[in-house]
Amino acid sequence: MDVDMRPILEVKNISKRYDDITVFENLNLQVKKGEVLVIVGPSGCGKSTLLRCLNALEPIQEGEIILDGEAIRPGSREVNKLREKVGMVFQSYDLFPHMTVLQNVMLAPIKVKKRDKKEVREEALALLDRVGLLSKKDQFPRQLSGGQKQRVAIVRALMMHPEVLLLDEITAALDPEMVQEVLEVVLSLAKEGRTMLIVTHEMQFARAVADRMIFIDGGHIVEEGTPEEFFEHPKTERLSSFLAKMRF
Amino acid sequence: MGFEVLLKGNNALRLLMGLGVALRISLISAVISIALGTVFGVLMTLKKPAITAFFRIYLETVRIMPQMVLLFIVYFGATKARGINLTAETAALIVFSFWGSAEMADLVRGALQGIPKIQYESSTSLGLSTMQTDRYVIGPQIIRRMIPLSINLITRMIKTTSLVMMIGIVEVLKVGQQIIEANRKVSPNAAFGIFLVIFLLYFAACWPISLLAKYLERKWEN
Repeated sequence: MDVDMRPILEVKNISKRYDDITVFENLNLQVKKGEVLVIVGPSGCGKSTLLRCLNALEPIQEGEIILDGEAIRPGSREVNKLREKVGMVFQSYDLFPHMTVLQNVMLAPIKVKKRDKKEVREEALALLDRVGLLSKKDQFPRQLSGGQKQRVAIVRALMMHPEVLLLDEITAALDPEMVQEVLEVVLSLAKEGRTMLIVTHEMQFARAVADRMIFIDGGHIVEEGTPEEFFEHPKTERLSSFLAKMRF
Repeated sequence: MGFEVLLKGNNALRLLMGLGVALRISLISAVISIALGTVFGVLMTLKKPAITAFFRIYLETVRIMPQMVLLFIVYFGATKARGINLTAETAALIVFSFWGSAEMADLVRGALQGIPKIQYESSTSLGLSTMQTDRYVIGPQIIRRMIPLSINLITRMIKTTSLVMMIGIVEVLKVGQQIIEANRKVSPNAAFGIFLVIFLLYFAACWPISLLAKYLERKWEN
């Protein structure tokens, strides 16, 4: 087997339950290096919870998550590796309000990876420049628009050099005119070969950015395929009716 | 107007020393309150039913009881009924710390609970440990929220020290009364002047603190 074809992230039979509510059961998923996987589904289908499990924000009850060939069992100390190697950007603006933009993006590499401050700063400035926010480096989050904050949050996650980037409905809380600037950043990341798992309701964007689409409903992967198959020839009734609703 | 009384003997100095007593009581109590209140506030967020119930009773007691009643209970109650020998100033420190710690605990609890869960999550998802999250992300936000609130508590304490003359402590208000009494024959109008000066003394003590609180609040508003 070609080394590059080995999945960077593998999810084997994972189950997530809250007391007596099962969010998903025996879920399997493989993500190859450089692949962009877009997950869609009705609200409450468990797609956001799945991303949170992949970043160990939520414990899983069964199964295992294999990152770059290393199994990470729930509750073990290895879950910290998940957090270091898997970056996540959330729906809400979650920057640290008491820090400037530059401090926000430099905190984790310096404190967690103990990297050299000067080198981190240079990298941070380069990335901020790339997302068009170099001029905002000394501002505080409250001085930024939603779209700008979300771009900073993406840079903050990238600064940890994650193997996989999880984007959880990152445009859902934005004003419509700011959605584009954030999605453009994500598109350019996809072009440079970033491995990403994206949960979104922006169907046009999903189609443009995805290598593979996944439709989750009721805690199961109902359908998956290339964007073309997925949007043009949905195989299941559930996906067709979901897509029909999203077109309005 | 009675201002001339101020220049008699060492009256002005006595008033200032009275203010010193008031400030000493409030500042010592404030330090104790901030330290104990912070610990209590953290305990209150632990969601342990016994601890929650205990602090609920404590906070309600402090809210319901006028501070003067608390002073009387501790000073006269403890000394007379229980035979414990407390100086008036110790009694005042106990009451003010008892009151201040409750207020502070509630402020700390509010500040801690006001930090959105996503702040903890985005920090851990960047790989920061719980200790690093507390130190670099949550702690600084709590301190920024708490400093203006604690400063306001200090000014309220300074004002409330005027009550301690009721248990015999000679602070600025009591000194003022003594001066007025002593000069009743020669300057029957001294009351106005002396109380006006006392008003200005309280103002001079509290206003800069108040300004500092406002300044920090504006500087750190999120």
